[in-house]
Amino acid sequence: MQDAVLAMLAKEPAHGYHLRARLRQSLGPLGESMNPGQIYVTLARLEKAGLVLCERADGLPEKPERKVYALTPAGQQRVTAWLAEVGWPKPDLAEFHLKLAAAAAARLADPVELVAAQRRELLRRLREAQQAALAEPAGSGAALLLEGVMLRLQADLRWLDACERAWSRRNDEIEDA
Amino acid sequence: MNVSDAAVRVRGLVKTHGRGQSRVRAVDEVDLEVPRGQTLAVMGPSGCGKSTLLHLLGGLERPTGGEVWVAGRRIDTLSERALARMRRRSVGFVFQAFHLVEELSAAENVELPALLAGRSRRQARRRANLLLERVGLAARARHLPSQLSGGQRQRVAVARALANDPLVVLADEPTGNLDTTASLDMLRIFEDLRAAGQTLIIVTHDERVAATADRLVSMRDGMFVDDTRLAGTGAGRLGGLIGLEG
Repeated sequence: MQDAVLAMLAKEPAHGYHLRARLRQSLGPLGESMNPGQIYVTLARLEKAGLVLCERADGLPEKPERKVYALTPAGQQRVTAWLAEVGWPKPDLAEFHLKLAAAAAARLADPVELVAAQRRELLRRLREAQQAALAEPAGSGAALLLEGVMLRLQADLRWLDACERAWSRRNDEIEDA
Repeated sequence: MNVSDAAVRVRGLVKTHGRGQSRVRAVDEVDLEVPRGQTLAVMGPSGCGKSTLLHLLGGLERPTGGEVWVAGRRIDTLSERALARMRRRSVGFVFQAFHLVEELSAAENVELPALLAGRSRRQARRRANLLLERVGLAARARHLPSQLSGGQRQRVAVARALANDPLVVLADEPTGNLDTTASLDMLRIFEDLRAAGQTLIIVTHDERVAATADRLVSMRDGMFVDDTRLAGTGAGRLGGLIGLEG
């Protein structure tokens, strides 16, 4: 979030509410749950880190919305570095993998049941993302983001299928033994 | 639930294939009730019996045991003629391989079920035009199936399935032969049908297709292993999908 807000300031200095509107536009329905104050918290952190300067605009100094934010040279460097970065968020599959192993080892729960519950949850999320995507107008940026969300959920669902096959096999072997 | 409220209802449904040692229970004591207006997805690995189930629900195959009710009427005991009439009137089918008549235009393919059901040529034509428009193919009405893409052919097949305003539409792997873009068109059509209150049962491998449904059942070895309500359970958590919250 911090990097995205910094990069939005690269074009020109802006008010907080303007940045918020641009975020909302890019995120579409995904940004609806965003806390209205979140942008100001982020800007305050960036200011403290010396990446952003805050100037009060003339006229209404008592109104916080009149603050204009601009990048410092350090902020500009950080934006350049961010654009070149190829880091990628990693989904935490290991935790679920270990949950299944621990549940089976201690006979706390049937791993196949845990997989089924997880599958139901991901399918509900997929349905929600899909309905939001179908409601977006053609060419909307939010629809493109939702497409990425859905492709990830599909990949996770396929992995859960593999988990189910593997743990069902193990259950069968235990029953046969 | 009152019997007449269910579009489709089965009790103790069994279908076996083969004889003796090689006898397989494709559908094994399945109970299912699909209320009118519900969209149901059936998922499961190949060979789990989901296509056989669909054929039994639509009266394309007869069960080895159990009962099948469509529109409040028991159909597994009907004569072949009565069964064919029931299929024409109450059920629309969409298949993976489209099954269009290659010699007929898109519009003629859609008119066919209405004509077979005894509608006039004019009525059938008007209905076909309306349905082709609904699936976005009004401009291709005179094309032969061979002149259409896979996605367009499947959309014609959906229009045909709707020709007699069936109580239930049964779709067997409807996106199985389609590329990503064409699949997306089908998702939109299924979402429109769902929103319009069409009872719809879709057998699919495709998670995205399944995610258009209100309810999902999972099949393994001829049995249901899961029955999940997908609709209206997690509304308003969209931000959570991209880590804006929690």
